[in-house]
Amino acid sequence: MNYPKITYTGWRKGKDKTAFVLVCLFSLITMFPLFFILWDVVSKGYKNFNLRLFTEVTPSSMDAMLARMNGEPIPGGILNGITGTVLIVGMAIIFSVFLGLFIGIYLADNRGKRFAGVVSYLTDLLQGMPSIVIGIITYAWIVKPLSGYSALAGSVALTIMMLPMIVRSTEETLKMLPVAYKEAGLALGSSYTNVVFRILIPSGFGGIFTGILLAVSRVMGETAPLMITALGASVVNWKVMEPTSAIPLLIWDFYNDPNLVELIWSSSLLLLIVIFLLNWIAKIVARKWKV
Amino acid sequence: MESVKITNGKSPILQLKAVSGSYSPGSYAVNRVTTDIYANTITAIMGPSGCGKSTLLRAINRMHDLYPHIKTTGEIILKGKNVLAMDPMEVRRMAGMVFQQPNPFPTMSIYDNVLAGYKLNDIRLKKREKDDIVEQSLQSVGLWDEVKEVMTKRGSFLSGGQQQRLCIARALALNPEILLMDEPTSALDPISTNKIEELLLQLKEEFTIIIVTHNMSQAARISDNSMFMYLGELVEHENTTQMFTKPQNKRTEEYLTGVFG
Repeated sequence: MNYPKITYTGWRKGKDKTAFVLVCLFSLITMFPLFFILWDVVSKGYKNFNLRLFTEVTPSSMDAMLARMNGEPIPGGILNGITGTVLIVGMAIIFSVFLGLFIGIYLADNRGKRFAGVVSYLTDLLQGMPSIVIGIITYAWIVKPLSGYSALAGSVALTIMMLPMIVRSTEETLKMLPVAYKEAGLALGSSYTNVVFRILIPSGFGGIFTGILLAVSRVMGETAPLMITALGASVVNWKVMEPTSAIPLLIWDFYNDPNLVELIWSSSLLLLIVIFLLNWIAKIVARKWKV
Repeated sequence: MESVKITNGKSPILQLKAVSGSYSPGSYAVNRVTTDIYANTITAIMGPSGCGKSTLLRAINRMHDLYPHIKTTGEIILKGKNVLAMDPMEVRRMAGMVFQQPNPFPTMSIYDNVLAGYKLNDIRLKKREKDDIVEQSLQSVGLWDEVKEVMTKRGSFLSGGQQQRLCIARALALNPEILLMDEPTSALDPISTNKIEELLLQLKEEFTIIIVTHNMSQAARISDNSMFMYLGELVEHENTTQMFTKPQNKRTEEYLTGVFG
């Protein structure tokens, strides 16, 4: 039989080269937005990125206007947003980690069961739910019945957003652990609960913790669901049942206030730094805690 | 089939009465195995792949409870108690198990690995008691001198053979009535295997050992009695020397001489 002759001609070489260049080019293009965002945020935000940003609450529009007319820096910071974000996200972490761990454990251990299939499918749906819808649902569930905007309502909205990510990361991490750990634990006469909490969860800590950090960094910048749940506040608030501010809420406020617009950039810079830090820590933890 | 008996004058520590194990209704991976195991002996379970040796071993400490589709029937009497009617957690404290792959708990130190059985059973010990148990357990597997300086390191820090001895120490720390070993050396190099075999010969002074092995020469080297299983049935349970020199059953002879398996 005659096989066709395969040659590596100039035409084919050229095609090969072109494809390679295009791939590199497009890869570079995907990086441009990030570079520009970083450049913009850093170059415009560093001016107001000072101690004041962390120690003072948002100034009133009037004070800011007076300061601006006198050529002084903006007389305030975003302390109320920072504490609000810590409070709301902190509560959301507690709720979602608690719930997410249990759901993840259940899913990892009951593959193929009907109910587990339903839960798994609903988790996927929840992951795709628009954040504003989650906000509105939370408004109807929490804000309305309790007749008031609150940090609690905000944290419930964020919990619903974090939950699917934590469930998935817990489930996937536990599924990847060798069945030998579970069997060895049970063979020592342990209860199932002790095997899960003293062996499996610690062994999968890296993966689970990474999932939690990534979920936190995702919801940290959420604005829409907080606008209709936590509302915002111009003072530092640690009360769970009171309206509370958050960094992304303040950014939205600054956008609507020409006297405070300068603070957008330093607030964004702070948010970006925290999110980058979280991602960086997540990477390190994932690498260090590999079992 | 008839029950096969080995007696050496004592009463058996473990009795199997018509034990069957099934992965799906109607088919038996272990089919009505009846025999006795005596204290302070090493019993090797041999047979070709899929003959049911691991299934039989894992029935003894109720490991099949983890997988609801596996059904165990018959009677397994350990120290006069019917294992299948007991609380599985209690059974497993009486019957220690060592697996094919060394599996020390990766997040625990060597010290904590030895004590894992106590921790997992929520048994609180004083520091002195802990130290004593750890030292004695590691001494009995010959690991004490090798690890006493690195007690706080993770279990996975050790070599494969050391890890397996750590796993044996972990099982021994609970002072079980019987030690079940599922091909404990098949993932190890010859030198580590040799160490474990020597260890087992010492351990039988205090414990009763049942070891599943696909390695006939290992069975010949260390076991007092051997069970030969084929297609889920116990074909022969005999004094090891007797079985390797004058097997009673034709299939045993064929397996031992390499006709099949």
